[in-house]
Amino acid sequence: MHRLGLNKLPIHLLLILGSVAMVLPFFWMVSTSLKTPLEALRFPPTWFPSSPQFQNYVEVFRQIPLWRYMGNTLLVTFATLAGVLVTGLFAAYAFARFRFFGREVLFMVFLALMMIPLPVYLVPSYMILFRLGWIDTYLAMIVPWVVNIFGIFLLRQHFRQLPQDLFDAARIDGCSRFSTLFHVVIPLSKAPLVTIAVFNVIGSWNSFFWPLIVTHSDTIRPLQVGLAYFSREQSTNYTLLMAATTMAIVPLVLLFFVAQKQIIQSQARSGLKE
Amino acid sequence: MTYGVSRLSSRSHLRETLSAYFYLLPAVLVLAVFRILPIVLSVRVSLYDWGMAGARAFVGFGNYLAVLQDPVFWKSLLNTGWYMALEVPATLVLSLVIAVLLNQKIRALGVYRTIYYLPVVTSIVAVSVVWRWILHPDRGLLNYVLSWVGLHGLRWLQDPRGLIQLVVGDTTNQLPYALRGPSVALCSLVMMGVWKGLGYNIVIFLAGLQNIPGTYYEAARIDGATRFRLFRSITWPLISPTTYYVLIMSSIVAFEAFAQVWIMTGPPAGGPLSTTKVVMYYFYENSFELWRLGYGASIAFFAFLIILGLTIFQRTVLERRVHYG
Repeated sequence: MHRLGLNKLPIHLLLILGSVAMVLPFFWMVSTSLKTPLEALRFPPTWFPSSPQFQNYVEVFRQIPLWRYMGNTLLVTFATLAGVLVTGLFAAYAFARFRFFGREVLFMVFLALMMIPLPVYLVPSYMILFRLGWIDTYLAMIVPWVVNIFGIFLLRQHFRQLPQDLFDAARIDGCSRFSTLFHVVIPLSKAPLVTIAVFNVIGSWNSFFWPLIVTHSDTIRPLQVGLAYFSREQSTNYTLLMAATTMAIVPLVLLFFVAQKQIIQSQARSGLKE
Repeated sequence: MTYGVSRLSSRSHLRETLSAYFYLLPAVLVLAVFRILPIVLSVRVSLYDWGMAGARAFVGFGNYLAVLQDPVFWKSLLNTGWYMALEVPATLVLSLVIAVLLNQKIRALGVYRTIYYLPVVTSIVAVSVVWRWILHPDRGLLNYVLSWVGLHGLRWLQDPRGLIQLVVGDTTNQLPYALRGPSVALCSLVMMGVWKGLGYNIVIFLAGLQNIPGTYYEAARIDGATRFRLFRSITWPLISPTTYYVLIMSSIVAFEAFAQVWIMTGPPAGGPLSTTKVVMYYFYENSFELWRLGYGASIAFFAFLIILGLTIFQRTVLERRVHYG
């Protein structure tokens, strides 16, 4: 059934045209990454490299510690995610299922904090991290981000919708509040937990502004900051630059192809929430 | 809302309160140290001429006054304004059109959705590096493709001329800056921003469209409604909450544009002739390149006021037009 009843052939033509525009930059990135420097600068350009230079990819590893960057990013991404899930589950559980003094006020404060733009707390956060001696350490990239307020909001909405009978039954069976969280609430919350995990992994893998400011040394830098600096140093060497860029996006693109249904659904879901 | 046993003694209420605080402690602690304390400190920093090595002198509202009298600040604000004014509507319209096309029960929906979503998962850093190469004035793919249709192409990221200036043909810079329009370089950043963010908004719109019951369309079609009429009277009002969400999200993303400026423009970044120097970049430049922390903090507060104003505007003016269920 057509929703608006448009003819399908022109629709496909339009969509294919758009798809080409979407994919072309990626194709061009890979194509350039396999050219010789001379071929990359030829004009008019060639669509495919005349003899693919796979050694460009080896050369990148000789110029920058790419494995190190990736390791740093992985560490930061998963440590942050672990923190977000722990703080989020506990906070949302308390907000949704406990009656306590100051609950509404505290929740409003949380929501209000979500509205504060990054620049307002960036400079003093830097000072605090400096005082703690955390500048240029992993802690500086992880600890300030282990609370995801939007995640707490999503989980709280979900927890509130769980039927009270479940909690009563768990209590009659002798479950404490703590074990109810683990044995009843968490198993029923897979969808919002996956949503939060997806958001967080993509977010920390790609984050740039914060790590740019709190890291100084090459050994601690995450992938995106390493790539950005490499792009400044190699602003004319496009073959190496494109090889490095390709490698910087491949892990997340692979993850996307494996889990695309989950990723797209969770994004769509988050948009539908009021 | 129900909270277990209906009548709680004040003692068990106290116990519940205490254990709730215990559950909230990790989140509250982190937020207190890295959000609330910084906001308070930020006020203090903004009142000082605060340099890098802790050298500081109290200046009261001096920084705020200086920011207000700083032509580069106003220029960066205008640049951000242009950026938002171009990117937000362009993304909104394009993603809505594509989402409507994808909602026709067509084949290969999953394939299209994946392709359009690909730029969303790739980092803004990687994307900026690739686009700088595509927009290269002499070797770039875009100018090559344009040459097929006989167009000359532009020096995309190096061209400081405003769009209005280009159209009017005034190359002597006689127009005041605000009347020259967004520079070609800034428009290039917008172009990439639209490409990057389209997929996210398509997915959100598609979810909204698929929530509209098909029976509405059937009923209207029996009544002889035209395609335009179907869109105008059913689709548009029923996806207005989604449109509202997309509008707010893409406004914030556009306001916070930073990495593309750092990577694609310059050197010095923000060029040519500071026409791509957006508020976020100007804040960064003052705080972390020039280490004028007090001045940077004042810029941050003006940025905050603007975001607050935008949000209040969107809440009060636009939300009244939103049609919920």
